[in-house]
Amino acid sequence: MMFKLKATIIKDIRVLLRDKVGIALMFIMPIILVVVVTSIQNSTFQLISKNKLPILICNKDTGQAGAQLVKAIDKIGMFKVLKAGADQNEKLMADAMHQKDAMLGVVIPADFSAKVSAKSKSIAGKALKSFGLQGDSIKQAGDIDPLNIYYNPVLQESMRLSVEGAVRSALQLVESRETLRSLYFSINEKQLPEKLENEMLNNSAGINEIPVSKEGVHVAPNSTQHNVPAWTIFAMFFVVISLGGSVVREKVSGSFIRLKTLPTSYLVGLVSKQIVYLGVTLLQAAVIFSMGIWLFPFIGLPALNLPSDLFALVVVTVVCGWCAVSYALCVGVFAQTHEQSNGFGAVSIVILSTIGGLMVPSFAMQGMFKSAADISPMHWAIQAYYSLFLEGGKLGDVLNYILSLLLITLVLQFITFLGLRRKNLI
Amino acid sequence: MEVTAPLAIEVKNLGFRYPGNPDATFSNLNLKIPKGERFGLFGPNGAGKTTLISLMTGLLSADEGHVRLLGREVGRSSNKVNRLFGFVPQEFSFYQELSPVENLQFFGAWSGLSGRTIRKRTEELLHILGLEEVKDKQVQKFSGGMKRRVNLAIGVIHNPAILFLDEPTVGVDVQTRHAIIDYLLELNKNGTTLVYTSHQLNEAEGLCRQVALIDNEKVIARGDLNQLLKHYQEESLEHLFLRLTGKQYRNDV
Repeated sequence: MMFKLKATIIKDIRVLLRDKVGIALMFIMPIILVVVVTSIQNSTFQLISKNKLPILICNKDTGQAGAQLVKAIDKIGMFKVLKAGADQNEKLMADAMHQKDAMLGVVIPADFSAKVSAKSKSIAGKALKSFGLQGDSIKQAGDIDPLNIYYNPVLQESMRLSVEGAVRSALQLVESRETLRSLYFSINEKQLPEKLENEMLNNSAGINEIPVSKEGVHVAPNSTQHNVPAWTIFAMFFVVISLGGSVVREKVSGSFIRLKTLPTSYLVGLVSKQIVYLGVTLLQAAVIFSMGIWLFPFIGLPALNLPSDLFALVVVTVVCGWCAVSYALCVGVFAQTHEQSNGFGAVSIVILSTIGGLMVPSFAMQGMFKSAADISPMHWAIQAYYSLFLEGGKLGDVLNYILSLLLITLVLQFITFLGLRRKNLI
Repeated sequence: MEVTAPLAIEVKNLGFRYPGNPDATFSNLNLKIPKGERFGLFGPNGAGKTTLISLMTGLLSADEGHVRLLGREVGRSSNKVNRLFGFVPQEFSFYQELSPVENLQFFGAWSGLSGRTIRKRTEELLHILGLEEVKDKQVQKFSGGMKRRVNLAIGVIHNPAILFLDEPTVGVDVQTRHAIIDYLLELNKNGTTLVYTSHQLNEAEGLCRQVALIDNEKVIARGDLNQLLKHYQEESLEHLFLRLTGKQYRNDV
């Protein structure tokens, strides 16, 4: 039996090595994918952290509040402020954004200072009255007109929301300053000293961002730590194109007919394919991880930091690879044609990777999609990798994920076995 | 025809229907092929030749009755039964990405041969079938005739006692056809029972001693070819075939 298995493994390796397209799909495509996606995500990260988002501000207000708002937006640090002339109308604003001169535009209305001032005085008066002090007679102030923020539609929802939050905080600062000044003036009948004003406005507590990690292992999350494990899993499951196609080719080419008439169980062929393609998935992981470690720093990307528990990393990778191979075999056994195998294989991998959280984090999903993530082997694989790569997890921390992957693998093997039995192939 | 010689193949009360098809493909079919015979199975398209060969080789399972190869029932202990025969299907049943040597190494191992025997048989077969010069080239670059020879070599690598051939010479040139037929006659001289099916009836006349004609899933004539021709007063197998099966088109759907 070992001689037959050895001969089959040699045959499968020869067939694989001569399938140039299959090799390109299994190695070159994921490598390109991981480099491109990591680079783009890294650029997005740098756009926020290092590069500044260009914002075009048209200040039609001639008072202080408008100028203060422009200054406050500038001080946030995430924008490169471009000032437009006060005569700029909405059309010119839109044109500037279509030409990608700016991704965002803010128009401060002409009566902004007057309305902020009136509103502040009104609030200050109410406050004094509630303290039992005699303030200026309270005048009811109208609402401040909303600021119009124009944005280029290519700007993603999350980015837009963070911009809106940032502008809102700048706006709040301006309004608070005016209210504070009015209040101080009403009580002391003199201007609020600048030092005191700054102390009062800038006394908010700072925020420290601390990534949660296990046992003191501290790994800074970045686009590489997120993308390399995710696209390694994707690459491993993409063997469905080569392996699924190989099984279908064997079935439709007639070799299967001959194999069935020989005194050897086709299970030998299945074991051989699993060994060869498991080797392929491990090689894929080794290549992509190596790129993350050694190549990424040369092309300006953060280097990949391997987990401290390398044994756990190997175990997760082997189990994930076996699961990917089992999935590919299952697709190959049930597909009638090469087109079915390739089409279903590729589309199903994209769907499983999406619901599995490779493209969108599964915690951000809702309802049935969140539940559906559990049936995607990629969900368990990415959870295990994230635990190791980002949280400093050990083998014990990822055992549940490994067992879930193994369970899915065994189910896939069983389905494959039933498929072969039904088709009288074993 | 009563066969008294030791049997290579015995088909007894065979019944078979394809799943989902209410009409039986075969019902109560009986056939005996003696050891060492050169047996031809002929019929129009859709007559059931390939189905019958598939039942004899265990590719399909009989619903009723049984097929025995050298006394062993097909479908039981399939590995033991599968050692007894070789099969040369109509399709090219090998790996096109591999060379003849690599194909023979793999199929030889699956046929249960040792590494040494595989090497010896590979050398012999490449020589006999004229494939020595191209032994290390990928088969996908071969002509149809060369591929047919590779197909045959793989089917006989383990020196089977019975050899099933499903249109082994379709689409080949005259030289290749003669080489294949000569080799099959040589195998038969050495004791291999041949079960052959083809639409090349002239070729079949030179190869087969015994024939069976199948039409509409029934054996409509069987026996010694010369005796059949004499009995029906026909000069060739082709004329006999047309007389018994008619001249109308057959649509095999």
